[in-house]
Amino acid sequence: MTNLKTTTTLFFFLFLIVMTSLPSITLCDEKLIESTCRQTPNFNLCVQSLKSFPGSATADVRGLGLIMVKVMQSKANDAINKIRELQRSAPSPALTSCASKYNAIVVGDIPEANEAFSKGMPKFAENGANDAANEATFCENGFNGRSPLTQQNNAMRDVAAITAAIARQLL
Amino acid sequence: MGTSTNNNDSSNDIPCSYIPVPDSLDAAGAMAEPRRQVKGLLVILCGLLVLFLLVAFNGSYRGSNNAHEQASLAAALTSIVDEKSTSSETVPSSSTWSRGVSAGVSEKSNWLFSSNNGEMYPWNNSMLSWQRTAFHFQPEKNWMNDPNGPLYYKGWYHFFYQYNPNAAVWGDIVWGHAISRDLIHWQHLPLAMVADQWYDKNGVWTGSATILPNGKIIMLYTGSTNESVQVQNLAYPADPSDPLLIDWVKYPSNPVLFPPPGIGATDFRDPTTAWLTSEGKWRITIGSKLNKTGIALVYDTLDFKTYEQIEGFLRAVPTTGMWECVDFFPVSKEVENGLNTSVNGAGVKHVMKVSLDDDRHDYYSIGSYDEKNVKFIPDDVDNDVGVGLRYDYGVFYASKTFFDDSKRRRVLWGWIGESDAEYADVAKGWASLQGIPRTVTLDTKTGSNLIQWPVEEVESLRLRSDEFKDLKAKPGSVVPIDVGTATQLDIVAEFEIEKEELEKATSESNVDYYSCESSGGAAHRGALGPFGLLVLADDGLSEYTPVYFYVIKGSDGNLKTSFCSDQSRSSVASDVVKKTFGSLVPVLEGEKFSVRILVDHSIVESFAQGGRTTVTSRVYPTRAIYGAARLFFFNNATAASVTASLKVWQMNSAFIRPYNPDQTN
Repeated sequence: MTNLKTTTTLFFFLFLIVMTSLPSITLCDEKLIESTCRQTPNFNLCVQSLKSFPGSATADVRGLGLIMVKVMQSKANDAINKIRELQRSAPSPALTSCASKYNAIVVGDIPEANEAFSKGMPKFAENGANDAANEATFCENGFNGRSPLTQQNNAMRDVAAITAAIARQLL
Repeated sequence: MGTSTNNNDSSNDIPCSYIPVPDSLDAAGAMAEPRRQVKGLLVILCGLLVLFLLVAFNGSYRGSNNAHEQASLAAALTSIVDEKSTSSETVPSSSTWSRGVSAGVSEKSNWLFSSNNGEMYPWNNSMLSWQRTAFHFQPEKNWMNDPNGPLYYKGWYHFFYQYNPNAAVWGDIVWGHAISRDLIHWQHLPLAMVADQWYDKNGVWTGSATILPNGKIIMLYTGSTNESVQVQNLAYPADPSDPLLIDWVKYPSNPVLFPPPGIGATDFRDPTTAWLTSEGKWRITIGSKLNKTGIALVYDTLDFKTYEQIEGFLRAVPTTGMWECVDFFPVSKEVENGLNTSVNGAGVKHVMKVSLDDDRHDYYSIGSYDEKNVKFIPDDVDNDVGVGLRYDYGVFYASKTFFDDSKRRRVLWGWIGESDAEYADVAKGWASLQGIPRTVTLDTKTGSNLIQWPVEEVESLRLRSDEFKDLKAKPGSVVPIDVGTATQLDIVAEFEIEKEELEKATSESNVDYYSCESSGGAAHRGALGPFGLLVLADDGLSEYTPVYFYVIKGSDGNLKTSFCSDQSRSSVASDVVKKTFGSLVPVLEGEKFSVRILVDHSIVESFAQGGRTTVTSRVYPTRAIYGAARLFFFNNATAASVTASLKVWQMNSAFIRPYNPDQTN
């Protein structure tokens, strides 16, 4: 009967539509990632960085902050590795100065931000993250325009700025 | 035969010898009947499934329900949507970012878009070690923040503070402890409290002391539990007969307060000193927030062990955000003394003070305490809690007062953070100072602001003095003040502007007042300002910190004076804060412009008009240090000459050191 056929077809298409929208049920928790990242200086980098870590989909804002601190750690490691490599081939005072900046990030800013996010004192996470961004810029400026670390410094600065913005949302 | 028809001819009722073929003609139709039923079932099942999915889908989907949205969500699975095309609230890209919604600044804020000139890495050990102060409280090394539980007991002033025993950055916080006979010469004692209980495992945070009429000391402090919940705990001296109060006991049944319903687990901290109610109960207040409204919760107690929450808030002010380190105390309208925290009545105003998490500034409001309704009512809602006057317009946070019964004064402590980069703090091995303790009184001449003044005991550090009378500086000139080295000074100065110029000056029609922060500092000249002193300057004036007045004639013909401290040229290093801080200061009829400045290496504390407006700043010169530091009087106004008279004392060190029982005092 045509009636039945039409009804079945209708239901079938309705079913299809619903099935393609199904994934949005898991996307709903990622709405938090998006709304949090919208309030940072770099939405795309923020979403990308957070989504690259498991657990970001179910984290609260504080948890997202902690994940960003891990991202900061990894960017700091990149920079430090590059600095070490350069110190072997082309040492300079600017490079030594950069080493001290990144040391401060790793021994000061990152532990501070970590502890601040996890213990519920976001003010100090913002301080640590802001300082990390500053340190990266100091390192960069020390080369007076001919920096071999531009990529690493930019990466550090950008993720730190995102981390600071997330801390501000918790104030 | 092939077809059958309903044979209405009863006479033709022949028994069927074959299954009659139904009306629909084809062979498939012969099997339709049972299959139709199965199909129907399938359709119903499908429909139910779809229905179920729709319900589940709607239940968790927070967006709109139209098909277009659903389709774009599917697209989002495979690629990140470019928010710039969809959102109007996009934050600009990193190269041009703003500070975001609030104008708040963190201690180490992102101030790099300021000048990039100057040396990137000039710091050597000599410059860094110079930064340590001679007479401001600081531990021997590592990080310090909020003042805690200041009190006077059995002949000693006690000072506790947030301390990190492990690094020059915030973390692992415990209570440091020091004692002094005079609020100036301090001796370090062992840590008073560490994070050894589940209820303060993640932080032994800020608290206040209450001294009961019988002399017993009660300490209430915030603990961050092993699950990072903020709770209030009770502690008291292990041995009240020990004047040094070395050991402390935590009440075994701690915590005494948990965050109440409706209050966030991390929005509940910094209990105040308690005051007596007319019912004989003790009352405290604890800051918090509801969304972005700062609030002060109130609790009553008889024994500091069990509490009753009072309905409502002592005060609530929208948009101010989290209220930290609330302080609430009376000031006298009639006498110069401070008042015990429990005093109320005629002749008394109340001050409510908060530290705003959002902008790291301390605000106070003067008003009345309605004890019956448990409310603080500001005299002027434009100067309500968190939106009006600040204790200090520079670096000054988490401040706390206590009533010093021995000298009947209310004394204010404030945390002064660093304004340099973390790598410098790591290199020098320490971070943060406390301001010189100040007395706090009501300004009875204006009635609308407090007066703060360094405690008189700081004058015991004064060594030799130099006096200068009626020095005159023409517009655009600098006058050296010869005092020898200029790194540890107590300066008292008065200035007068040429009267004719004051009268001649035209009214500024477009500005209400001169804003220190947006002024660009002392380099920008007006008819009647800036003029003042250059501290921590070198001979060649490559580094200097102007502390100055700037006068304008408002549109109503009245003079308006601002008082500022300008760090923009304080150092050739580019990795230090270069802002200008300050505010308006009331200058009354017949008053000269007056300032007191305490210079102590990397801290400059300035008090204008007897303490009506104060500015504390941190400065890190690289050249104007040790024997090369100088003092100048300057006048950068375009029209008026300025006359200055000043007295400058060299200041001794306070020799702050660990406690040694063998040494006297």
